[in-house]
Amino acid sequence: MTSNKPRAISIAILAMGGEGGGVLADWIVDLAEHSGYKAQSTSVPGVAQRTGATIYYVEIFPESAEKSAGKSSVLALMPIPGDVDIVLASELMEAGRAITRGIVTPDRTTMIASTHRVYTIGEKSAMGDGIIDSSKFIEAGQAAAKRFIYTDMAKIAEATGSVLSAVLFGALAGAGVLPFQRKDFEEAVRRGGVGVEPSLKAFAVGYAQAENPVGASIVKSAAPVAAPTPKGSHPALDALRARVGALPEALRTIVAEGVKRMLDYQDVAYANQYLDRLQPVVELDQRNGDGSYRLGIETARYLALWMSYEDTIRVADLKTRAARFRRVGLEVRAKSEQVLRINEFMHPRIEEICDTLPAGLGRWIMQSSGLRNFLGKFTSKGRIIQTTSLAGFLLLYFVAGMRRWRRVTLRYQVEDSNITAWLDRVRALAASDYALAVEVAECQRLVKGYGETHERGSHNFKAIMNALEQLRSKGDAARHVRELREAALADEQGARFKEVLKLCLAN
Amino acid sequence: MAERSFKKEVEKLRAGAGEEFHGEGILAVTKALLQSGVAYVAGYQGAPISHLMDVLSDAEPILRELGVHFESSASEATAAATLAASVNYPLRGAVTWKSTVGTNVASDALANLASGGVLGGALIIIGEDYGEGSSIMQERTHAFAMKSQVWLLDPRPNLTSIVDMVETGFELSEATNTPVMLELRIRACHVHGSFIAKDNKRAEFTLKDAQTHPVRDVSRIVLPPASFLHEQEKIKTRWPAAQKFIRDRKLNEFFGDEQDIGIVMQGGLYNMVTRAMELLGLSDVFGNSRLPLYVLNVTYPLVDEEFTRFCAGKRAILMIEEGQPDFIEQNVRAILHKADMQTKVHGKDVLPMAGEYTGQVLVSGLRKFVEQYTPQLLDDARPAPQPVKPEVLQQMQTLVQPRPPGFCTGCPERPIFSTIKLLDKELGRHHVSCDIGCHLFSILPPFNIGNTTMGYGLGAAGAAALNVEGEKRSIAVMGDGGFWHNGLTSGVSNSVFNKSDNVLLIVDNGYSAATGGQDLMSSEADNLIRSTHHPIEKAVRGVGVDAVKTVTHTYDVAQMRDTLRAALTTKEKGPKVIIAQSECMLNRQRREKPQVRKLLKDGVRVVRERFGVDADACTGDHSCIRLSGCPSLNISPNPDALRLDPVTKVDDSCVGCGLCGELAHAAVLCPSFYRAEIVSNPSTWDRLLDGVRNSVIGFLQQRRDKRLLTQAL
Repeated sequence: MTSNKPRAISIAILAMGGEGGGVLADWIVDLAEHSGYKAQSTSVPGVAQRTGATIYYVEIFPESAEKSAGKSSVLALMPIPGDVDIVLASELMEAGRAITRGIVTPDRTTMIASTHRVYTIGEKSAMGDGIIDSSKFIEAGQAAAKRFIYTDMAKIAEATGSVLSAVLFGALAGAGVLPFQRKDFEEAVRRGGVGVEPSLKAFAVGYAQAENPVGASIVKSAAPVAAPTPKGSHPALDALRARVGALPEALRTIVAEGVKRMLDYQDVAYANQYLDRLQPVVELDQRNGDGSYRLGIETARYLALWMSYEDTIRVADLKTRAARFRRVGLEVRAKSEQVLRINEFMHPRIEEICDTLPAGLGRWIMQSSGLRNFLGKFTSKGRIIQTTSLAGFLLLYFVAGMRRWRRVTLRYQVEDSNITAWLDRVRALAASDYALAVEVAECQRLVKGYGETHERGSHNFKAIMNALEQLRSKGDAARHVRELREAALADEQGARFKEVLKLCLAN
Repeated sequence: MAERSFKKEVEKLRAGAGEEFHGEGILAVTKALLQSGVAYVAGYQGAPISHLMDVLSDAEPILRELGVHFESSASEATAAATLAASVNYPLRGAVTWKSTVGTNVASDALANLASGGVLGGALIIIGEDYGEGSSIMQERTHAFAMKSQVWLLDPRPNLTSIVDMVETGFELSEATNTPVMLELRIRACHVHGSFIAKDNKRAEFTLKDAQTHPVRDVSRIVLPPASFLHEQEKIKTRWPAAQKFIRDRKLNEFFGDEQDIGIVMQGGLYNMVTRAMELLGLSDVFGNSRLPLYVLNVTYPLVDEEFTRFCAGKRAILMIEEGQPDFIEQNVRAILHKADMQTKVHGKDVLPMAGEYTGQVLVSGLRKFVEQYTPQLLDDARPAPQPVKPEVLQQMQTLVQPRPPGFCTGCPERPIFSTIKLLDKELGRHHVSCDIGCHLFSILPPFNIGNTTMGYGLGAAGAAALNVEGEKRSIAVMGDGGFWHNGLTSGVSNSVFNKSDNVLLIVDNGYSAATGGQDLMSSEADNLIRSTHHPIEKAVRGVGVDAVKTVTHTYDVAQMRDTLRAALTTKEKGPKVIIAQSECMLNRQRREKPQVRKLLKDGVRVVRERFGVDADACTGDHSCIRLSGCPSLNISPNPDALRLDPVTKVDDSCVGCGLCGELAHAAVLCPSFYRAEIVSNPSTWDRLLDGVRNSVIGFLQQRRDKRLLTQAL
């Protein structure tokens, strides 16, 4: 066996352009060269330096062994599957990429990865939820590597005011897989000379995490920004609470959210209307469902979302709240001694303006082409409104205040009748085809956004509803509706949707 | 000013004899050039040798001390023609470019140079852009070496070998009156290693000497009858001289124990072959091979006697030659056939004909070869690595998504392509002929714009035929880099002369951005060693285009859109050129950041702008991302308990370029975007105004928050 022959230690770094993979490679080279090792590093930056994925590769070999052999070592320029000792991944999907490249093997490789995600353009540009489940990468890392050390290093870097590569370097030291002491690593950072103090802080946290790995909890969703919770005792509120409390356990959380949304959006009467609308669906679910209350839950969710449709009033309301000002300040990291100004990009078209007018008036303008064109001229350009200025704030504050007249607006009437029609459908289907009822309830997901996005979504929604009877006659309608919904979110031009609709109806 | 500064590293170039030099491959090459006493250097940037040009730029003071003349050539053709200085004079000169694309551009000059031959050593450093990380068509420079009789060096990829080969390359060139190419693969360009330095040398004969005492030799000019003479000379004199030099100076290397099978390889593959052999138990980490190795540090020409000697008494050899066609393997077969030797030649039968020779590919090829002849040699092979469970691997293969390169955060080219997308909806799709440069990222998601790319500066030329009477005009895109490289003549002049009716969009971001932000003729930056500030518009008008529009702020989507729409729909005939001008954001940030830091420290009022998205107003459709694709436009799990789709979130890396807001307006996207202005070191007036506003707004907000609850109650 040749396994006791001296061999180089190989380290692959997978990173995205501009993420500091090069700095990390430089630190490792410097560390090795100052610790009696020969080091060779290579990379293939090329166009990858512009946000693409790239790989840096380092090999090190003891000079003492070269001396006793009287010959120089020959080091490789790229990783060979099965021959990589250490893989450092600056992000979780990159750890997955290392596995697909075959350079992580269960008998040899220690993989150290940050669990934060930098989403790919594919995940980001999806019309719905394109995010890939992080836990899958962690499971794969555990299965593929000899040892898998992972933690959210982006968070550590942020907390220590440093960079990710410093945390990774610390974790590499803490993992104890290189024949060097902690102080050797730290000296390399010092010799680098850039941002030494914060880097060493980040290094220390990375070191501790790797020494005593606790893994990382993958956060599926950020902390919800709580809508003003109805607190205190009041007959109307108590009554609402009692109504929610009377519902089956499985429904209470989501319905409570819905009620909260109605209060935030409109008023107590609106919340009661919400519950009134939901009640018959819940009863149907109790009779026809399997006890999971899927129909009730999804209807509660989408009814709340639909009833809190985003009209001009709502947007103005959300934009002018004190909590929102605070959130923006945090998000843009404005310090207290700085002055913060917030500018909104508003482009209300004639449609949105008419939507906010009393129904009769709005409809009249929309139908009179002359008036519409005349008014349209004033709305062809977007406006920038500074919410932190008095004029801008007062304008939006006034629009937000129009909510007390919301029920007479054109938009309200349109949405109200659409909601009723949709709920009628859900109710009508609940007894005969429970699964289809759930799918129909979930179709509301398509109706979202503003302007063109909203029009496209509504169009697809209507197309599915119109095809419903025909789909039912073909059988397996629930599956078809789900497929149609997914197809509607596949592309903006609606090509896939048309294709699938044709297919479903042809069967 | 290039993206990466080598100001610190170039100091290493002063290292004297005996000092150990640690650094990157390209830095070592520069040092080797100085050790060789070059009189002039030139080149054109492009990965993987962009950094070589950057090093040379940053090393200007050292070059000047040594009397070395350095040019940033207009193109590879210019660089190749620059070597003409070595035709009549004993001047050593070196040029560099990205290959094969650069070699293609240089080929006219290079072929002329190779025909007449050189007196002084002429070295061409070739960055062979092949395999992983490459951005071009997969071809070999080898073919060019063969057709023009230029010698091709392919040294083992360690700094000592590379540096030796640069120095010896000049000698080879002089001994054979032939230009020599030194091929460096991508990883070798970026390899960090060390070598023992020598003193730098001044050229004994200088450019000034040549200019003062010109020498003319008509037999060196490529015109009949000399051109016929040159061909004979190549075959009768230069070729044998080269083979003799290679043999005498032992440029090719022989390693390993004696066996009746052997391995021949290109020098550049030596390290990976050795590692593959180590894994198979055929060698060790020091390269102590159990099989005889013949390492071709010169891959063209081959030395027949060396081959026949190596193959004598061998049943078979394995020729490890990366890329296709298998020029060397064919040549080896011919050599052995002529010598009537029965040694079997393996190569592309056990190794793949096409594609990069990665470690894995080499392991498998070597194993197949040795198994056929001496399988017992494989007894010491390392046990195969424990494989990852197939289901895990398969799941990862489906889940891991590609990360195509794209426009940087705040890139001024992004709004240009967003505009084309907006106009697509309005006017229908147009044929778009692309060019080479950052703007070519438009062909990838989320833009998906562009039909072809025919080469650097050839965007307009690529649309030449698609120019007949019809409903839609073709659009051509060209960068400022490509424009000055050749686009002005191949594209703009061509469309004037041929009465083109197409639209040409010239993306003028002030730098050769894709290759690392080098300055150009039209750069706005002051450059101590180059002449800048030559506007593109002047050049375009100069060759006869009247319909020229310069948009000086590409982020103004409405203006960009109106300008492009007008060019696409105007009744006016003739070429229409739009110059879309905004500074490369990467360079701008690098320029401005230190200035801003200083202002902040000095207590000066500074306004920082960045964008944000109100998560409660965002419905998670991501139209904004599909229209823009800015890396700082991110997504985040929806904070809303009811909503499921992730919301758009603007990362702190946002530079406040303004495109998001422009798009929200132009595309009537959604009102979720806001632009925050953060005023540091606010003036008294700022504070006063802020105080008044805050108290009024705060009062109203409180009032309504209370009412919200009252209403709820």
